[in-house]
Amino acid sequence: MVSTLELTDVSFTRQRRGAQPLAVLDRISLKLEPGETLALVGPNGCGKSTLLELACGLLTPTSGTVQAPPIALMPQRGLLMPWANAVDNAALALRAEGVSRTAARERARDWLVRLGMSEFEDARPHELSGGMRQRLALARTLLAGRPIVALDEPFAALDAISRIEAARWLTSALGESDRSVLLVTHDVEEAAVLADRVVVLSPRPATLVAQVRLAGSVPRLRTSPEVLAAREAILSALGVSG
Amino acid sequence: MIRGLLVIAALLGLWELYCVLSGVDQLVLPSPTDVGHALWTDRGILWSALLVTAGELLLGLSVALVVAIAAAIGIHLSRSLRNSVYPVLVASQTVPIPVIASLLVVWLGYDTGPKVVIVALVAFFPVVVGILDGLAGIDPELDLVARSFGAPRLRRFRLVEAPAALPGALTGLRIAVVISVIGAVFAEQAGGDSGLGFVIQQALPQLLTARAYAAVVVLSALALAAFLLLTAVQTRLLPWTRLRQSEQ
Ligand SMILES: Nc1ncnc2c1ncn2[C@@H]1O[C@H](COP(=O)(O)OP(=O)(O)OP(=O)(O)O)[C@@H](O)[C@H]1O
Ligand SMILES: [Mg+2]
Repeated sequence: MVSTLELTDVSFTRQRRGAQPLAVLDRISLKLEPGETLALVGPNGCGKSTLLELACGLLTPTSGTVQAPPIALMPQRGLLMPWANAVDNAALALRAEGVSRTAARERARDWLVRLGMSEFEDARPHELSGGMRQRLALARTLLAGRPIVALDEPFAALDAISRIEAARWLTSALGESDRSVLLVTHDVEEAAVLADRVVVLSPRPATLVAQVRLAGSVPRLRTSPEVLAAREAILSALGVSG
Repeated sequence: MIRGLLVIAALLGLWELYCVLSGVDQLVLPSPTDVGHALWTDRGILWSALLVTAGELLLGLSVALVVAIAAAIGIHLSRSLRNSVYPVLVASQTVPIPVIASLLVVWLGYDTGPKVVIVALVAFFPVVVGILDGLAGIDPELDLVARSFGAPRLRRFRLVEAPAALPGALTGLRIAVVISVIGAVFAEQAGGDSGLGFVIQQALPQLLTARAYAAVVVLSALALAAFLLLTAVQTRLLPWTRLRQSEQ
């Protein structure tokens, strides 16, 4: 099994019924270092979610190669199963791997306790707040024992304060393992706070326009010079003057 | 619910009024009072007929459910079954019941057998379509999640797809319950000596029109009760589907 994700010259063109094929990704090469958190930023519709699906092996590139160990995906809407309560939703990752129901629930419960959601163990998704749903989806993804997790806008439903908390929670959860993370976010600052490296994509068809490396431990302070400098660099690569 | 009863009461009032004003022969159209009277005096006949018909429905629906689940799973999981079996299922639904009813009587006799088969035939289709719709309607992102977690095909079906299809299955079943009542009546009329369909068939030539109408009322009540029961089951067991107020 390959130990890390490597995309080599990956292009992806989406075939569409009754419409012109859509060139989404254009010769993207990326390598994820073990234990690294790599943030992807880029304008809406540039192909970030598509890139994650390719990385997870859920789509096949039109050209180029994707080498990857199993990757657990948290899709953009963080989809939960409406019929299952919080414990069973979190347990899905384990049950998918064939863990028995009782054992899976037990481990899922531990996570809910750590998330401060033990009161809501038996609540179904429609009884949870948007933020709790997203945390639950995140817990489910982390419970999958995969060496890499791909998170598509995991904090999109959270308000500014909860985002900071969630970022802290995510880094502590990840700190215990040496998993790598592929993180899509539209929040440039968040990328600079959480990631070891930020990759900037152009508008569709997405090409890789810039990479910004950050040093030091995460989560960084939003006001640290490191974050501010990275933010400037990312925004100018995106063609926006901060 | 209350509004529903008011509408029924208003319709009954109009019907009664029409019978009184037009002077239509009660053998052609009995008034609600006549029907009410027949409901009371023939209660013994109607009750035992109701038990027979309800039994056929229960058996037939159970058979339909089992076969429909198996067929839907097969069609969902296998493209070749989808292409070969599905069109046959659709076509089979266009065969009028009276055409096959006599054949079934020849094959299975005058007993419960043919009735159960006919009820099952009628009920089967909406359930299959309901389940297949539910399976096809699964959120694509949820499917991506399950796949990225590495669940093999059948496990994905069990963990994610089957539960997602439950609301569709219940909707199909609610439709099936109502239309299979008509199936049961046809079946009883094609050959049989009991049940509400048989009561109707016997009553008309004997000029007991009010009794026939009373049997229809019992049939409608049976269908309505079954429908409401299934709706209650759905709200109770599948609360996330949140039936709209109008369906409750
Ligand atoms: N299932 C699909 N069918 C057709 N086109 C699609 C499909 N999914 C995505 N696309 C198109 O592919 C392009 C890239 O979509 P993608 O979801 O990867 O963008 P994104 O960068 O994740 O956008 P956002 O920031 O809004 O989430 C878009 O133009 C979108 O319209
Ligand atoms: Mg996206």
